[in-house]
Amino acid sequence: MNNFKVDFRPLLLLINIGFVLCLLFFGYLVFWDMLAPSFQPAPIVQKSTSTSRSAADDNYDLVVDGIHVQTGLIYAEGFEIVRATCTACHSAKLVTQNRATKEGWTQMIRWMQATQGLWDLGKNESAIVNYLAKNYAPTEVGRRANLDVAAIEWYILELDTD
Amino acid sequence: MKDEQKHIGLHQGSDQAPIQADGLPIESLSLKKDRRGFLRQSALAAMGVALGAKMVFAKNLPLGMIPVGLTPSDDLTGLPGKDAGLIILNDKPINAETPAELLDDALTPNELFFVRNNGIPPENVDVNTWTLTIEGESASQKKTYTLAELKQKFAHHTYHLTLECGGNGRKEFNPPAKGNQWSTGAVGCASWTGVRLKDVLEDVGIRSNAVYVAYYGKDTHISGDPKKVVISRGVPIAKAQEEENLIAWAMNGQDIPMLNGYPLRLVIGGYPASCSGKWLSKIVIRNQVHDGPKMTGQSYRVPCKPVAPGTQVEDKDMCIIEEMPVKSLITFPKSGATIKKGQRLPIRGHAWTAAPGIAKVEYSIDFGASWQNCELQAGNNRYAWQSFSAKLDFPTDGYYEVWARATDVDGNAQPMLLPGWNPRGYLNNACHRIAIKVVV
Repeated sequence: MNNFKVDFRPLLLLINIGFVLCLLFFGYLVFWDMLAPSFQPAPIVQKSTSTSRSAADDNYDLVVDGIHVQTGLIYAEGFEIVRATCTACHSAKLVTQNRATKEGWTQMIRWMQATQGLWDLGKNESAIVNYLAKNYAPTEVGRRANLDVAAIEWYILELDTD
Repeated sequence: MKDEQKHIGLHQGSDQAPIQADGLPIESLSLKKDRRGFLRQSALAAMGVALGAKMVFAKNLPLGMIPVGLTPSDDLTGLPGKDAGLIILNDKPINAETPAELLDDALTPNELFFVRNNGIPPENVDVNTWTLTIEGESASQKKTYTLAELKQKFAHHTYHLTLECGGNGRKEFNPPAKGNQWSTGAVGCASWTGVRLKDVLEDVGIRSNAVYVAYYGKDTHISGDPKKVVISRGVPIAKAQEEENLIAWAMNGQDIPMLNGYPLRLVIGGYPASCSGKWLSKIVIRNQVHDGPKMTGQSYRVPCKPVAPGTQVEDKDMCIIEEMPVKSLITFPKSGATIKKGQRLPIRGHAWTAAPGIAKVEYSIDFGASWQNCELQAGNNRYAWQSFSAKLDFPTDGYYEVWARATDVDGNAQPMLLPGWNPRGYLNNACHRIAIKVVV
């Protein structure tokens, strides 16, 4: 009987170690934000000159010139939670083509919650709104903007002289 | 393939088939096989659970939804049945506009017609089993027609009808309005063939208390919830009974492209294109203003009375958009043309309105100080766009902008500045302009 108990001690020890490791892992998950208070540089950063589109396609984390290639989102604080939350339902293009203040982005979230089945964002909401308002803020263009002259692709139009 | 199964299985209950890749042909997709991304996603999900925040991954992510970063739309380089020249504003749901210079044809070819989807188009459409049901409080009976019955029972009609998204031009509003940031290309004019909406409504029987006619389609909500209606809009009964409104199965003599409503859709000219329901399966004759998704709140509505830019407007003060305003587009040349001094520049374009017709289209090369008339062609029928053209002379070399301005027969003209600001950025009919350089 005694021998039987002794035989199991190493196993109990292993289970305990496993339990502690699990605790550590979940602790890491829970306190991840605190452990990494400032936004870390992207794991993979390439200069735009050395990027080929097919390489970009293969890379989930690729960031080029501050833009996360796969989604087109600006790679800055709050990026991960915005990607995880917003692109669960719709294209990131719906984010990147819009501009709004904190208030405006919050209103969009309320609208999605009221009509499109968006869930309660809890603590994540402020991180999401801060990211959006900072990186996708409106610019003042007046009653009508100039044509974007810098973006015009000038070309020679061949015409018959008449 | 093993990896793919794992991705899909992650948030899937058990035996339900995954949503088939957002309604796109499966052969056009290449699912990401990035194991690292998958693990990262799992970590995020675990994190959300650990933090106690409600995240989609635990319970809200619809069955079969492929985790972010693995969605096929990320790999999308083109749209099925569409020209590669379309500008994709949004790939989930699909929204794509046509650059002005690709709208030069008298009738917009199917592959160049813009796409404004609110949800995901139906898959594996079988035209032999497709039906259209008419019902509602103000319908004398509930009646269902097969596609073949519609074609056999009612007279066929063909009209050239312009469809324009109510939010076309949203991009220019300031403060910005939320939604797809359409530039100028959420418009097209095609030759549509089908049966008249009014003929079908009359066959069913319209009660005297009818107020509105609205549609339901077979598209599904992007959240994946099969019970959620994507969009269901309509028009007042008097509008519905206009003879140009079609229940259409052909576009420019061909099948309607899948992204534009195959196999059956409504085509209602003069109103926001969102009234022209796609993948049409049901029409309701209502005894009240229709209250389906995107009829209420602020969708497809503008302030009943003008407001200052940026004003918050309560829902009760927002009115449904009905007629679309007069508008025009210069489709030739493409902005950025450089010509030699002394050359005459031909320009072309189209103008459209909800009014009975366009009275004139003018152009200006001096920012509206002076205007000259363009040649204007008649439209095939009401709600068809009308083509215009002109030949321009430039007094010196330098930078010019050519602005076009249409005036309809009701006397309404396009503003050079943006029209009245509204919270959702609808009805921007400001003059279109292109840049021209004249060199020595």
